[in-house]
Amino acid sequence: MRRGPSPFLVAMVAAGLVFLYAPIALLILYSFNASQLVTVWGGTSLRWYAALAHDEQMLDAVSVSLRVGLISASLATGLGLLAAVALVRGGRFRGRTAFSGMVYAPLVMPEVILGLALLLLFVSLKLPRGFWTVTAGHATVTLCYATVVIQARLAGFDRSLEEAAQDLGLSPARAFLAVTLPNIAPAVAAAWMLAFTLSLDDLVIASFTSGPGATTLPMRLYSQVRLGVNPEINAVSTLLIGVVAAGVVAAFLIQQGKTKT
Amino acid sequence: MSAPLVRFEGVTRRFGAEAAVDDVSLEIAEGEFFALLGPSGCGKTTLMRLLAGFEAPDAGRILLAGEDLAGVPPHRRPVHMMFQAYALFPHLSVARNVAFGLKAQGRARAEIDARVEEMLALVKLEGLGGRKPDQLSGGQKQRVALARALAPAPKLLLLDEPMAALDRKLREETQLELRTLQRQLGLTFLIVTHDQDEAMVTADRLAVMRTGRIVQVGPPAEVYERPIDRFVAGFLGEVNLFEGPDGCTGVRPERMALSRAEPKAAGRLPGKVAEAGYLGDRTVYVIEAAGRTLRAAQPSGGDAFRVGDAVWVSWPATAVMRLAE
Ligand SMILES: Nc1ncnc2c1ncn2[C@@H]1O[C@H](COP(=O)(O)OP(=O)(O)OP(=O)(O)O)[C@@H](O)[C@H]1O
Ligand SMILES: [Mg+2]
Repeated sequence: MRRGPSPFLVAMVAAGLVFLYAPIALLILYSFNASQLVTVWGGTSLRWYAALAHDEQMLDAVSVSLRVGLISASLATGLGLLAAVALVRGGRFRGRTAFSGMVYAPLVMPEVILGLALLLLFVSLKLPRGFWTVTAGHATVTLCYATVVIQARLAGFDRSLEEAAQDLGLSPARAFLAVTLPNIAPAVAAAWMLAFTLSLDDLVIASFTSGPGATTLPMRLYSQVRLGVNPEINAVSTLLIGVVAAGVVAAFLIQQGKTKT
Repeated sequence: MSAPLVRFEGVTRRFGAEAAVDDVSLEIAEGEFFALLGPSGCGKTTLMRLLAGFEAPDAGRILLAGEDLAGVPPHRRPVHMMFQAYALFPHLSVARNVAFGLKAQGRARAEIDARVEEMLALVKLEGLGGRKPDQLSGGQKQRVALARALAPAPKLLLLDEPMAALDRKLREETQLELRTLQRQLGLTFLIVTHDQDEAMVTADRLAVMRTGRIVQVGPPAEVYERPIDRFVAGFLGEVNLFEGPDGCTGVRPERMALSRAEPKAAGRLPGKVAEAGYLGDRTVYVIEAAGRTLRAAQPSGGDAFRVGDAVWVSWPATAVMRLAE
């Protein structure tokens, strides 16, 4: 006799999903609310999306966030790839333990402290704070996540494939590019997506490291919310969710495609 | 024999305190099919990796066509290796796997395509060039690995247990094919195996290794019929051992004769059949004789003995092998 999952389990899973997604669903729903009042339903409308299109400040924040995300995710992925290669392939080089500890520390370090540390660094270097300091801050913080993702894949990668490529006449560097990189590409793409998403929704680091003219989207949203929630925020948040969801689905499809062909 | 293509001179490779390859000196002639034989962990793969350049010797030198290979990285050695687990590139099609070495040499596109076709035909994989490695059977993968290693026409091809993943029938077929291929192309093959039948079927000469050392080198028949010690004798096949006052001797089961009447051979013992195993072309008997257990293999078609029969076991003086230790 085959028994289905117990009602208790089903209820718990349902409760969990509701807990996680009900607020988001509500937010998306209210972004289409015609009413000015956030809690009163006044029929469906796209007026907040239209309003968004004319909100220069909001659009500027979106543009800053996207650019910071693109650049910092690319930096973090590139550096993360190098760190992963050093950790997986470097053998027991001097200071390996210290190196891996330092790469992973930001995973458990409170973000506030990291932000403060970065701020102190930039101030003492007399760097003007703005777009590039936020980007550097995000690259630093997301580097460890990128490293973890790539390292896991690289550790499981069969070294003899690389040796076979060298045996057939490619130098070690070319063998890495021709054989290893294509095979760990899904992990590299996933690492990039992860870094990009983390950058996109970061508020803490950005608040510490940003300066005039470089207000990211979460910073803009946060400052607006303090003045009172308005449905336009729901609209921009819905768009943000859309971008992130598209990214996650894309990363998933890349992985699927890789394993199928 | 022409000048040696490969020469190991006192080569040692240590991992920690243990020597995986221990003071090995060996010569392989051009055009030879040479087999390295030994139990698991005796250093066969390590010896091969030393030659391919993935390990560096701690002592001694390795010469290829008279030139010292020290410091030459793997990608500059005219030696190709077929890996123990094939190591096909999963992201590339069969054709692009085979083309890999040619591309690395920077050959022209048309030449590469022609050569790939030729190689796929050689290993009987025409028409499968577009497949990915995970769409192939074990035997087909093995052929792709072979074609990939052969395509750039290496001076020396190293094969690390190329047939370990194949079933028995396919393995026997492939062994003979490999032999034919090597003769046709006039290449030098060094094959690693821990299967003594494989080594004996394919090789011109073989070397038996044990814990990093080479115990005996010679043509298969010579090593089989005149093994220098008990380890080699036992590794290459079954052997009946006799401890005498003047050392240890051995007799192969197929050199043992069985008869009901007392024979006049140099060595003979009366005994009783304890077990009989029919193998088709021959029957293997286990005989209890004078407190010891002997094995005798008789070709099928002759007098058959039953369990419990009283028999005489005998062997000619020429069948006695003198074994060290
Ligand atoms: N990279 C390594 N680090 C440490 N020890 C090693 C390394 N490679 C091989 N060894 C050791 O060296 C010895 C010989 O290994 P090798 O792989 O050459 O054996 P093999 O004869 O090919 O065995 P098999 O028939 O199982 O493939 C083994 O004891 C093995 O544990
Ligand atoms: Mg081996």
